[in-house]
Amino acid sequence: MKRIQFLLALTVTLILAGFAQAKDIELLNVSYDPTREFYAEFNAAFARHWKTTHGDTVQIKQSHGGSGRQARSVIDGLAADIVTLALAGDIDAIHDNAKLIPKDWQKRLPLNSSPYTSTIVFLVRKGNPLKIKDWDDLVKPGVSIITPNPKTSGGARWNYLAAWEFARRKYGSDGAAKEFVQKVYRNVPVLDSGARGSTTTFVQRAIGDVFLSWENEAFLAVKEFGAGSFEIVVPSLSILAEPPVTVVDKVVKKKGTEAIARAYLEYLYSEEGQDLAGKHFYRPTSPAAAAKYGPQFVKVELFTIEQAFGGWARAQVEHFADGATFDQIYLKQ
Amino acid sequence: MSARSERSVIPGFNLSLGFTLTYLGLIVVIPLSAAFLKTAGMSWSAFVDAVASPRVLASYRLSFGASFLAALVNCVFGLVVAWVLVRYSFPGRKIVDALVDLPFALPTAVAGIALAAIYSKNGWVGQWVEPYGIKLAFSQIGVFIALTFIGLPFVVRTLQPVIEELEPELEEASYTLGASRWQTIRRVILPDLFPPLLTGFAMAFARALGEYGSVVFISGNMPMRTEITPLLIITKLEQYDYRGATAIAVVMLVVSFILLLFINLLQRWSRRHHRI
Repeated sequence: MKRIQFLLALTVTLILAGFAQAKDIELLNVSYDPTREFYAEFNAAFARHWKTTHGDTVQIKQSHGGSGRQARSVIDGLAADIVTLALAGDIDAIHDNAKLIPKDWQKRLPLNSSPYTSTIVFLVRKGNPLKIKDWDDLVKPGVSIITPNPKTSGGARWNYLAAWEFARRKYGSDGAAKEFVQKVYRNVPVLDSGARGSTTTFVQRAIGDVFLSWENEAFLAVKEFGAGSFEIVVPSLSILAEPPVTVVDKVVKKKGTEAIARAYLEYLYSEEGQDLAGKHFYRPTSPAAAAKYGPQFVKVELFTIEQAFGGWARAQVEHFADGATFDQIYLKQ
Repeated sequence: MSARSERSVIPGFNLSLGFTLTYLGLIVVIPLSAAFLKTAGMSWSAFVDAVASPRVLASYRLSFGASFLAALVNCVFGLVVAWVLVRYSFPGRKIVDALVDLPFALPTAVAGIALAAIYSKNGWVGQWVEPYGIKLAFSQIGVFIALTFIGLPFVVRTLQPVIEELEPELEEASYTLGASRWQTIRRVILPDLFPPLLTGFAMAFARALGEYGSVVFISGNMPMRTEITPLLIITKLEQYDYRGATAIAVVMLVVSFILLLFINLLQRWSRRHHRI
């Protein structure tokens, strides 16, 4: 009898001891396609940082996909503590459709909640056989362009708007820009739903001559497959892509992870976070990291979506909603 | 004793009917009616806008057209395959027989990637036809190829047991009575095979209509040209247009149901008219 009592007491003590130990915290970061490698390394760095400053073990899970699809998963109930998507419009949708975050979410962190920026460049095959130099070269007959579907991919929306703004500046009107973009898309043989799918199409299935790509994704392709296979071409004008981040308020309040989720995002702005962003070919925003990684990026004239299109909400309605310009360029063919 | 013999051999009719209805309700009817409920909140004009815009109409044409053609082609070649597998014995028959089931088992995305790899410009097959200006992958032909691939086992597997039941003696009798080969096929063999062919067609067709995974990899997904309806539904969902998506789904559901019902009726009719 005594023995059983002792064993019982022991078990209870062990269980209680288990509870008293440092907490194991789990966070889910729902992100878009080309951030895979960056966040894999950043998560490990943040976990180390949190362990040394707070003693708790934090495990960060990642989910990747087309930016729009990822936002929809969160709207449909995927319990993301953090979203780090390709464009503000997709995070706005989380507010509009599910009210999981406040309307002014973008004001909560510095720099429009975009700790790192990127842009759109061209990836071409070795030696650039078609001599692609700028956006004009894309509309030549016989050039095959790979880009994802702007309706589902965040990166593709940046591509589309960059092409549009280039033509508007060069030819002087929205009408001419639309015609130009239509010619560009006439040269697109496949529309994948996300940026990673398009990378696979271009890199692994060897389809297309030019790939309109996130700058970091282009660098990654060159790094992975060697400079012997691909070259990066930087056009004369491109768009400043600001992929924003935010905490999903309703989820972190329920899970009790608000403090750590905020700390996670703030850590993106720290020197270590900025350094990793630069290492993975995002353009860092901190002066130190920008100076360190600046030389790897070609200087290019960048415009912002606010300047050229009056922000995402307007660009979405004018270009990507049902019946807007993207639908029109296909209907008129 | 006599009261008992009137019953079915297997007891529990009420119980099993109850199970059937509950099961169908939970698995089929309730999820589908949710789609109808969701669209019920739309105004009529919004519904028409969603389901009859040019892009959606183009996708219906492709989805129904390619599914129909694929099922038709599968009927022809599926019949040949099933006939060969039942009537002839040759080395490797068991392996061929097992191969037929592969499209059932293969994850459709894998099938799509494999088909796209083979039929694209750089693929084993694609590189030989592309110089002649024929695009297989990333065209409507690609959609048709994928749908043919996934539909084949349905036709073969519905025909096989029926062909096994056919008695070769009947064909021999037909010969000895002076019928030509064509007459034997038309008057003796086909009447028995017509009902299962229709079933196989209906299943292959229905499966092709709903297919998504393999098609998106090989179609190229170009608006107005190679977008299938299931892809449009997903695209609408990704634009947070839940109602638009369910509206298209409802149209597909209704049209598919009518078509399947029609095929079933046709099958019943053919059974009555062709049986001796």
